[in-house]
Amino acid sequence: MNLYCFTIYRSSSQLSLSVFCQHGRVKIKSTAQQEEEKRKEKEKKLKAFVSARDAVLKKRSAGEHDEEALQLTRQLLSSNPDFATLWNYRREVLLHLETLREKDEVQKLYESELHFIEACLKVNPKSYGCWHHRTWVNTRLPQPDWTRELGLCDRCLSLDERNFHCWDYRRVVVKASGVSVEQELQFTDRLIGSNFSNYSSWHYRSTLLPQLHPQPFHSHRVCEEQLLKEYELSHNAFFTDPNDQSAWFYYRWLLGRGVCVCVCLELLCICEDTSAHPMLCVCVCVCSRARGDDQLCVYDLHVCVCICGRSELSVEKSSVLQAELQSCNQLLELEPQNKWCLLTIILLMRALDPLGHEKETLAHFQTLKEVDPMRSTYYSDLCSKFLIENTILKMEYAEVRVFSLSNKNLTTLCHLDQLLFVTHINLSSNQLLRLPPHFAMLQCLEVLEADDNAIENLEGLYHLPKLEEVSLRNNQICKLSDLESLASCTKLTRLDLRGNPVHRTAHIESELSQLLPRVTALSL
Amino acid sequence: MAAEDLPSQFDVVILGTGLTESVIAAACSRVGQSVLHLDRRNYYAGNWASFTFNGLLSWIEQYKNQQEVQITELEQVWRSLIDEGEDAVPLSALDSSISNLEVFCYASEEEEKEEEMKTPLSSFQPVNAETVSEEANGDSTEAHDTVTGDDTTASDAKTPNEEHEVSEPKEDQHTSDISEPSQSQEEKESQLSSSPADPPVEVQKKITYQKLVKEGRRFNIDLVSKLMYSRGALVDLLIKSNVSRYAEFKNIGRILTYRNGKVEQVPCSRADVFASKQLTVVEKRMLMKFLTFCLDFEQHPEEYQDYTEKPFREFLKNKKLTENLQHFILHSIAMVTQHTLTEEGLKATQHFLRCLGRYGNTPFLFPLYGLGEIPQCFCRMCAVFGGIYCLRHSVECLVVDKVSNKVKAVIDTRGQRISCSHFVVEDSYIRDEQRQSTAYRQISRAVLITDRSVLPSESDQQISMVTIPPLESSAPAVRMVELCSSSMTCMPGTYLVHLTCSSSGKAQEDLAPVISQLFHVSTIPGEEPSEGAEERSKPAVLWVMYFNMRDTSALDSSSYSLPSNVHVCTGPDDSLCSDYSIKLAESVFHHILPDEEFCPPAPNPEDIIYDGDGPQAEGPGFDESTNTEADKSLAEEEGNSEPAEMDSVTQQAPLDMTPASEE
Repeated sequence: MNLYCFTIYRSSSQLSLSVFCQHGRVKIKSTAQQEEEKRKEKEKKLKAFVSARDAVLKKRSAGEHDEEALQLTRQLLSSNPDFATLWNYRREVLLHLETLREKDEVQKLYESELHFIEACLKVNPKSYGCWHHRTWVNTRLPQPDWTRELGLCDRCLSLDERNFHCWDYRRVVVKASGVSVEQELQFTDRLIGSNFSNYSSWHYRSTLLPQLHPQPFHSHRVCEEQLLKEYELSHNAFFTDPNDQSAWFYYRWLLGRGVCVCVCLELLCICEDTSAHPMLCVCVCVCSRARGDDQLCVYDLHVCVCICGRSELSVEKSSVLQAELQSCNQLLELEPQNKWCLLTIILLMRALDPLGHEKETLAHFQTLKEVDPMRSTYYSDLCSKFLIENTILKMEYAEVRVFSLSNKNLTTLCHLDQLLFVTHINLSSNQLLRLPPHFAMLQCLEVLEADDNAIENLEGLYHLPKLEEVSLRNNQICKLSDLESLASCTKLTRLDLRGNPVHRTAHIESELSQLLPRVTALSL
Repeated sequence: MAAEDLPSQFDVVILGTGLTESVIAAACSRVGQSVLHLDRRNYYAGNWASFTFNGLLSWIEQYKNQQEVQITELEQVWRSLIDEGEDAVPLSALDSSISNLEVFCYASEEEEKEEEMKTPLSSFQPVNAETVSEEANGDSTEAHDTVTGDDTTASDAKTPNEEHEVSEPKEDQHTSDISEPSQSQEEKESQLSSSPADPPVEVQKKITYQKLVKEGRRFNIDLVSKLMYSRGALVDLLIKSNVSRYAEFKNIGRILTYRNGKVEQVPCSRADVFASKQLTVVEKRMLMKFLTFCLDFEQHPEEYQDYTEKPFREFLKNKKLTENLQHFILHSIAMVTQHTLTEEGLKATQHFLRCLGRYGNTPFLFPLYGLGEIPQCFCRMCAVFGGIYCLRHSVECLVVDKVSNKVKAVIDTRGQRISCSHFVVEDSYIRDEQRQSTAYRQISRAVLITDRSVLPSESDQQISMVTIPPLESSAPAVRMVELCSSSMTCMPGTYLVHLTCSSSGKAQEDLAPVISQLFHVSTIPGEEPSEGAEERSKPAVLWVMYFNMRDTSALDSSSYSLPSNVHVCTGPDDSLCSDYSIKLAESVFHHILPDEEFCPPAPNPEDIIYDGDGPQAEGPGFDESTNTEADKSLAEEEGNSEPAEMDSVTQQAPLDMTPASEE
């Protein structure tokens, strides 16, 4: 190429002498002139495109499936590869031609089609039509060349590592060509090495690892040795750039692999009939908490008590996690403001020893809310969840039926399914806004204390057959209608509503006594 | 020799085709000035030039012959052209900017002595050829002594200001070969190519000297070794002026450093830090944190204000960075000395970081076919806009108007008087009489051809930049660039290594210790013929050249007693980038044409309006990049060109391009 440059240099410099010398300066077209030329060029192009399009659509409606159709659609698609109708038409034509030709001719036909698609992908590498058509062509091709297709994907991904069309297509190719898991893992190694902010690669890794070392009974587990390597990889990523979330997400997935969050719960359900004669029946059902079944469906069972079995961590696993906690703490020392690090530490602490780390966890939550104010409510909810879990743990050990969560800054209620035997619950001095519908699960509840919150909604106080006493001092109950659900609690006799805006309602006492005739001790 | 060949009137006459002069030429021509661009050499780019291996051998030959060149007395011719009221200021005919040139060859010699006598180039290494063979016999010390003995006598006898007299130690060996200084390059080349007529027997994959000569056209050996910061002044200018279309570039693949006797990769980009195996995760975090801080350090003055008067090194220590990291930052990223102040160090780091990622994982680019391409690209732009070029054509003297004390004309080496309103000249053309000060610095250079990379890796086609901190506290830091064959600067299977440092003595004294640390040099005294595995892990040096180049970058207009419309361009400086030369070009340009823009973008060929019908009908204009058809046809017209040997053109083209015919 240099040769050419130089030879032209010689001729052009001689040429230029005659061009420029008399004039001194080069005359250049003005921008208006240029724009005008561009506009004309555009118009011409548009005209050609529209006439070709009309011709093609006419041919299609006439049902013509010939070479000319291929030729015409080719012209149009190479300037606009996103014209899905044309790809459809092309497929029709190809299917027709396929029936007329010999096998090796068909091979040639489809190979030239692949070349054409490649050209279209250069126009728009994110064209749905192109990628879809390419997949289709490969299914029709008598002898598909998967190595070439893999090469194409590699080139495409090196230009744009986040092109999800290409990722999708690549998965098809890998599946069809039977590339080994090891090779694919190396492929992700390479991509992550060149830029580790790449969710696609990390995610792909997470699907490959379990296949690489399958464990007999746990299809989604990764063997320990590989896990350690993966921990190291993600350490490198988040120590290099702790604000990059892709590695953190992967890391949390990895931690999940180790801890085995999918705890199988053996639930002992005690059923109580709605009728006045309680009849206990015991049934055992198994459910997986990992499926998101935190809230058990109460079918026709009114009382459902679960005895939650926590799987104890093996010694090796807890030592691995302990080491992970240490390296995260190390990072936190360097980056005290990093939210990903804080959050991961909290999760690790919970996995290791939720009660022992409670104090630190709370402090970390406080920092999190400060450094990431946009998500402070999320953190409050998460913190509430953890506090409730901790309280449940303690309760389990003590086997008490009185449950107290007062003054813990709770913003939300959860895990109520594990409190089904509780008779006395104290939620005072929190920041609860409502008693959610699944609060109605607490069928054994007799006394509810929820003073000093910001509760405005009581829809969860519904059909609680044993509820006798409710204290809702200093909350935000405004309307009489908010209290309507209480009417379904037939044993309710004591109700404290002091310090709520509702007391300003006219005739409140008479209205209330009408709504809740059984309540004898009403404080307003 | 017809004087009518050149017009007798130009706006600007430029003497010397180095980078600065070429940029000025392009800038002036671009805004419509008529430019005459001359060089006394037969190649472009002066001390910025790149040579094929054979071209370099000729250049070495020329250097050695220089002292014997008779200065032809043209004085009488030009005396008659000086009118009354005018003064003549003669220019220097000798270039003394290169000194202490020494060449050693370690590649094995297949041919016998007989062959050597036929070849002019064998003159450089008979002694070395002997040492090699003696080395093989285990008797190396004696041979080495002869070499060093000559060296010391040579250096003792000469003072630095007489560099051009400092001669090759083995001079007596090749007097017979210095036949006629006028021998043209073509003739030599034909001799060179004919010499290995009987093809050397290919033994293993060993690269012989004959092979280097035979493949000599694949080399493009730069006299100056610099890289381009991807956001530096040169890259900006190339982009702004559209000159970049005349060249191609390659990324520097990695930054290496020499530390604790080992070559290590310096993690500088995010991907490097992530992938680095030598850093602990905590170090990774500290490094990234520090680099992130450097990117906008001006925003956090509280971090460094206590250290503004103290060295950068102390600041790094205070930041509690580990030894590892301090080394990387100080020597390889900021590339500053132990004494550089904090703010300067931070700025250097910041510049490095800002250049990352623009074109790749390191901040540097290198022009394919060598740095010598760049001045030629600017010359080309100048020619496209009407500049006229003559090589082997210099200026004898300046004609100065006594009243205004301004140059009004120059008299060229052919005795033609050419009037001009500005005269731009490279420093090496200035006689000592016109200098106020002659205190130059020197740059020490070494060029090596080696057989493998200093740090082999998966890809053997990477350009590496290696920073070597001072081996002793008094020694200068050495910068090394290792070029692979895909950079089009050396033959496949070899690496071209450039070492550069500011001189504290002769180039060989400055650089040989570093070379012996990093490479396997077969004449090291006391080395066992049966090499240990450690020795063999180092790349072997096949050929090495040392020289000093004068660094005049510290001089400014007050250093010369010259008329005000004479603008002196100093030569290459010792820094890694060319920013100094570009800034100088810009300031000279604004001196000449205060109201004009410096190198505005060249218009696209299709946007140029051609007056008259002639040139337009003739076709391709200068739109070579898009029209491959035209390229081919033009190349075919060339007839004698050999498409396979692209590199040959660098050598041929400058000769052919001289508009004034030689006949």
